[in-house]
Amino acid sequence: MSVQTQIRKLLRQYPEPTSAVLPALRLTQEEHGGWLPPEALREVADALDLTPAYCLSIASFYDQFHLEPVGRTIVEVCTNVSCALSGAQQVVEAFERELGVRAGSTSEDGAFTLGTVECLGGCGWATVVAIDNRHRLRVQAEDVPGIVEELRDA
Amino acid sequence: MPERPEIVFAGTDGGALTRIEDYEAADGFAPLRRARAMAPDDVIAELEASGLRGRGGAFFPTGRKWAFVPKPDQLAKPHYLVVNADESEPGTFKDREIMLRVPFRLLEGCLIAAHAIQSKHVFIYIRGEYEREFEVLRDSLEAIRRADLLGGVTVVLHRGAGAYICGEETALLESLEGRRGQPRTKPPFPAIAGLYAAPTAVNNVESITTVTSVLELGASEYAKLGVESSTGTRVFSLSGDVANPGNYELPHGITLRELIYDVGGGVPGGRELKAIIPGGSSTSVLTAVEIDTRLDFTSLVRAGSSIGSAGVIVLDDRCCMVQLGIRVSQFYEHESCGKCTPCRVGTRWLTQILQKIEEGRASQPDLDLLLSVCDRILGKCLCPLGDSDAIAVLSYVDRFRDEFQAHIDLGRCPFGGESSLEGILAPSAMHGRHGHEVVSA
Repeated sequence: MSVQTQIRKLLRQYPEPTSAVLPALRLTQEEHGGWLPPEALREVADALDLTPAYCLSIASFYDQFHLEPVGRTIVEVCTNVSCALSGAQQVVEAFERELGVRAGSTSEDGAFTLGTVECLGGCGWATVVAIDNRHRLRVQAEDVPGIVEELRDA
Repeated sequence: MPERPEIVFAGTDGGALTRIEDYEAADGFAPLRRARAMAPDDVIAELEASGLRGRGGAFFPTGRKWAFVPKPDQLAKPHYLVVNADESEPGTFKDREIMLRVPFRLLEGCLIAAHAIQSKHVFIYIRGEYEREFEVLRDSLEAIRRADLLGGVTVVLHRGAGAYICGEETALLESLEGRRGQPRTKPPFPAIAGLYAAPTAVNNVESITTVTSVLELGASEYAKLGVESSTGTRVFSLSGDVANPGNYELPHGITLRELIYDVGGGVPGGRELKAIIPGGSSTSVLTAVEIDTRLDFTSLVRAGSSIGSAGVIVLDDRCCMVQLGIRVSQFYEHESCGKCTPCRVGTRWLTQILQKIEEGRASQPDLDLLLSVCDRILGKCLCPLGDSDAIAVLSYVDRFRDEFQAHIDLGRCPFGGESSLEGILAPSAMHGRHGHEVVSA
């Protein structure tokens, strides 16, 4: 099913079409390799009868939308208080070492984007690491080499 | 060990009720049948009698909130129920466990609530980062549809996209309408002009799930649990420096000592308890001597704090309170929607002044400035986000003033690089600084 068809299907859920902008941006971002280039914003705008500028104003507000290219795998480490108390910084540094990339950037081969994120709602299972939005719980620095090996093999 | 009645998690036996057959076998959907046999106003009266109050943080009586929604003959617009599943207050992770373990009880609660406010349209706004929770709800909703239990009500799962502010009810409604999640001026309240300017009840996941339990037990049985100002159970999220972190459903009115030591196994590694954040990071911190404070609305207000979202964060003696202030403030700075100046600018100032104190560059007037900025945020914003930062930071200074003073007097952090929060990289710091910096005094 094309993105345009999927967006039209989404529209039926809402009394007003603008409500579909978040799910439409989500779908379109997936279609464009995990980020929203200008043409993606135009596609959403056309499907919902909005302007690309309006879609940009939405995409720029929400953390899960990316306006620059990202790696094929996104690794996000929660560093809010409870994770921080449980060794999140050591987890961040272990990922930096294993992936060879600084938090906040993408590896040169485009394989990985590494970042820290705000509370993922898993404080009791710290440290929480989201890998392409799937949460790994109770991650410790010593687990990181194994996780990275698994990701490289996948 | 305190008693642990299971209300929200009833029938799960430590697992999950994710198959509709299992949920029905545990008397599922009997409360819905009971509610649909009642007049809508009688359901609201039942909720009022139960004493159930909102579990998202504001603790507003659920029945009264519904009573504010005009009747269809008073206001001829569609009525909406919106469930706030945008859990993101640091220290809080209960709603996701509720969605994973008792999704049918939540969805049944939605249908009961829809009956009570005479709505045919339910939206569940679920946090964008909650992938598995979304899938479980989607599959459960499909099972309910196939079992023909919807009764003409449509339930739409709407995914957020990463913005803490959308947990604030009017920001959530803006987001659901396809705009940036920026809070609205109140009044009008959502009950009168909410989603698409129509009458709307906005309720938290745990509140709505508990609605099902109230209809199952009956208001008077439910109200026997907990304490007078705070009936029933609460799913407490316990995290931080504690041996057994996790979600624990317990009656309101148990003490912090019971939660942290009897249930949570105490502070590990032979460390000493230093402080407790009782209701998510936006609530005032308590000190170790306040360990016998009861976890209910009134007791925490008396202690100068709040039960908030019941996310309890335990801090041991390795935690530098200035660093805690920085990390908490970085969060609110990052999540400020930018609409109100005191919040947008104030949260940033708080972070930067605290960093100056932590780095040993601060002098006495900086501490006064910190308190002054808090004062210039408090009560001056459209929504509670800015206040949350100010309340948290003020409470750290209030209860640990000597520690702040020591940073200034020594010209360095007294923890000498050994604090449990040392060097933590917040997203706002990662993305580099932009905009203006606070001019150093």
